[in-house]
Amino acid sequence: MESPRFLSRTDLLGLAVLALLLVVILPLSLDVFRLNLVAKYLTYAFVALGLVLCWGFGGILSLGQGVFFGLGGYCMAMYLKLEASSVENTKIQSTPGIPDFMDWNQITHIPWFWQPFHSLTLTVIAILVVPAVFAFLIGAAMFKRRVGGVYFAIITQAIAAIMTILIIGQQGYTGGINGITDLRTLKGWDIRPDHAKVVLYFVEVAFLFGCILLALFVRHSKLGRILVAMREKEDRVRFSGYSVANFKIFAFCLAAMFAAVGGAMFTLNVGFMSPSFVGIVPSIEMVIYTAVGGRLSIFGAVYGALLVNFAKTSLSESFPQLWLFGLGALFIAVVLIFPNGLAGIWRDYVQPLFAKLLDRRKPGPGHNGGTLGPVADGAPAE
Amino acid sequence: MFGDYSLSDLGAIFAMQGFAGLILFSVYVLMALGLAIIFGQMGVINMAHGEFMILGAYVTWMTSNFFQSYLPSLFAGYFFIAMILAFLASGALGMLVEWALIRHLYKRPLDTLLATWGLSLILQQAYRSIFGAREVGVELPQWMLGSKQVTDTIEIPINGMFVMALTVLITLAVSYVLFWSRWGRQVRAVVQNRVMAGAVGINTEKVDRYTFGLGCGIAGIAGSAFTMIGSTGPTSGQLYIVDTFLVVVFGGAASLFGTIASAFSISQAQSTMEFFMSGSMAKVLTLLAIVAILMVRPQGLFALKVRK
Repeated sequence: MESPRFLSRTDLLGLAVLALLLVVILPLSLDVFRLNLVAKYLTYAFVALGLVLCWGFGGILSLGQGVFFGLGGYCMAMYLKLEASSVENTKIQSTPGIPDFMDWNQITHIPWFWQPFHSLTLTVIAILVVPAVFAFLIGAAMFKRRVGGVYFAIITQAIAAIMTILIIGQQGYTGGINGITDLRTLKGWDIRPDHAKVVLYFVEVAFLFGCILLALFVRHSKLGRILVAMREKEDRVRFSGYSVANFKIFAFCLAAMFAAVGGAMFTLNVGFMSPSFVGIVPSIEMVIYTAVGGRLSIFGAVYGALLVNFAKTSLSESFPQLWLFGLGALFIAVVLIFPNGLAGIWRDYVQPLFAKLLDRRKPGPGHNGGTLGPVADGAPAE
Repeated sequence: MFGDYSLSDLGAIFAMQGFAGLILFSVYVLMALGLAIIFGQMGVINMAHGEFMILGAYVTWMTSNFFQSYLPSLFAGYFFIAMILAFLASGALGMLVEWALIRHLYKRPLDTLLATWGLSLILQQAYRSIFGAREVGVELPQWMLGSKQVTDTIEIPINGMFVMALTVLITLAVSYVLFWSRWGRQVRAVVQNRVMAGAVGINTEKVDRYTFGLGCGIAGIAGSAFTMIGSTGPTSGQLYIVDTFLVVVFGGAASLFGTIASAFSISQAQSTMEFFMSGSMAKVLTLLAIVAILMVRPQGLFALKVRK
C-alpha cells in the first residue's frame, strides 16, 4: 500500500472477511433460491452504504432513498421491459410491440421518456445520471439555503410519498401499483434461469465491492474528514472557508447513485420493480439497515442490510404477527440502547475480548477466518 | 378545464368542493395542532402521531359500541363522552411514551424520528392484533346524519359542520391553554430556555411530559372526529402523517396561526383540484407545490423571527 491512509489493516481484514462470506461461504452453502434472496438483500446494502456516507458521516438523514433506489430500478426495468415487449412477444395485444400495461391502458405508442431505454448504454448512463441529477436538484435547493436536519428528512420523505403516488397514479406509463413485471432478457441473455441468477449474484457482489472501495476511499480522503467535521460543527467548517453546501450535495448525490445501482441490481435479480420499494415505508426501512449495522461503519451497512432482511424473511415466514413488533422494537433499541449498531457492539465488546485472548495466548496471525461479525471501523465515533 | 361547466355550476362546484375541503381542513388542523405543539414547541418528531390519532378513533368506536348495546337511550350524546375518553387515552399513552422513550432523546431530534417510527409500527401491529385488520366504522347518532340544503345546488352535510365547529372550539381551547394560562407560559418558557426555566423553579420534566401528553391527547380528539367522516383501520394514521408534517412545516413550525393557515390552503387546494383531475394527481400537485415553496422559503409561511 503506497498510501497508508486508504485501506488500513482493519479495512483489509474487513474486506477479506466480507469477501470470504459473500464469495465463498454463502454461494457454497445456499441453494439458488436462497442465494437469490441474499442477492435481493444485498441490493439494500448499496442503499445502506450510501446512507453511511450521507447520514453517518455527513449527518444528513435522507428519508427518501427509496426514490433513488426506485429510479435506478425503474430505469433498468424500462430497458428490460422494452426488450421483453418485442413485436413477436406481444402479438396478442391490440398494439403489438409496446409493454403490456400500456396496451391495457389504451396507450398506442411508447411515450418519449421511454425512448432512450431502447439502448443499453443509455440505460446504464440513465441509471447513474438520473438519480444523481435529481439528488443534485433537491440537494442544491435545500443545502444552499441551509436547510438541514429534521426539515430535510421530512421533505425527502414527502418526495418519497409524491413519487409513489405519481407512479401508482400514472398507470399507463409506469405500470401502476403492480410495477413493471414479466422481465425476460438482457441483450438476449435470459435473466430468469438458475445459472443466470448465480451469475447476477456474483456481478452484484463485484459492484458492491466497487462501491465499498469507493466509500472507503471517500472516508479516508480529505473529503470524508470534512464531512465528519461538518456533521460535528458545521459553522466552523464554513468559517474555515469550505462550501458546506457543496460537500453535502456531493455526499447526497453519491448516496443517491449507490442507491440507484442497488435498485438496478434489484430489478435484475428479482425480476420486477414496483412502487412498493419506493415509498415512505421502504425508505425508512433502509435507514434502519444502516442504523443496525452502525451508522458510521461501511462494512456494518452490508451486515445490517443482510441481517435485518434475513430476520424479516424468516420472521414473517413463520410469525407474520411478530415481524412488525420486532421491527418496531429494533428501531427503538437501535436508537436507545446501541446507537452505533453492530459495529459499536463489535468494537466495544467483541474486539476487547479478542484483544484479551490474543494477549494471553499470543497465537499466530490469521485466526480470524471464521468470524462473520462486522469488523469495526477505525472511524472515531463521537 | 372549466369549459364544460356554466358559471352557476362552477360556483356550486367550488362551494361544495370548498366545503369538502373544509372538512379535510378540520382533520388537518386537529392533527396538526397536536403535532405543532409536539414538533413546533418541543422539537420532537413524533412519527407515531397518526397512531395516537387512530387510538382516539378506536376509543370512539368502542364507546359507540358500548352505548349501543348498554345505554341506547343516551346514544345521541355518546360522542361527547367518546371524545373525552379519546383525549384521556391518547394523552395517557403519550405521557407514558414520553417517560419511556422521548425524554432520553431530546438532544437527538433525528433519533426521535426513528424511535417514534418504530413505536408507530408496534402500535399498528397492536391495533391489528386487537381490533383486526379490517376497517371499522362508527354508527352516527340520528341528529348527525343528513345534510342541510342551502340552495338547490349546494347542500352541506351536518356531520361536517359538527366537525368544523369542534375544530374551532379545540383550536380556541388550545390557544387559550398555550398563550393565556399559567401552564402555557411555563411550556413556552421551557421551550425558549430550558435551563433558565428550570432555574426559576419550573419543573421542566413535568412540563415536557404534560406538553407531550396534551399534543397526543389532541391527536386522540382528531381521531375521534375522524370517525365521523371516514372508517378507521390499523394503518389509517400512516396515511396522514406526511401530510400533517407538511402542514406544520409549511405553516412555520412554531406558529399556531401558521399551522391553521397552511392547513387551510393545503386542504382547499387539494379538494378543489380533486374535482378537475384524478385524486392522485391533485395530491401530487399539492405536495409538489408545498415542497417547492418550502425549498424557496424553508422557514414556512409564518416564521417566528428568532436570532440564531
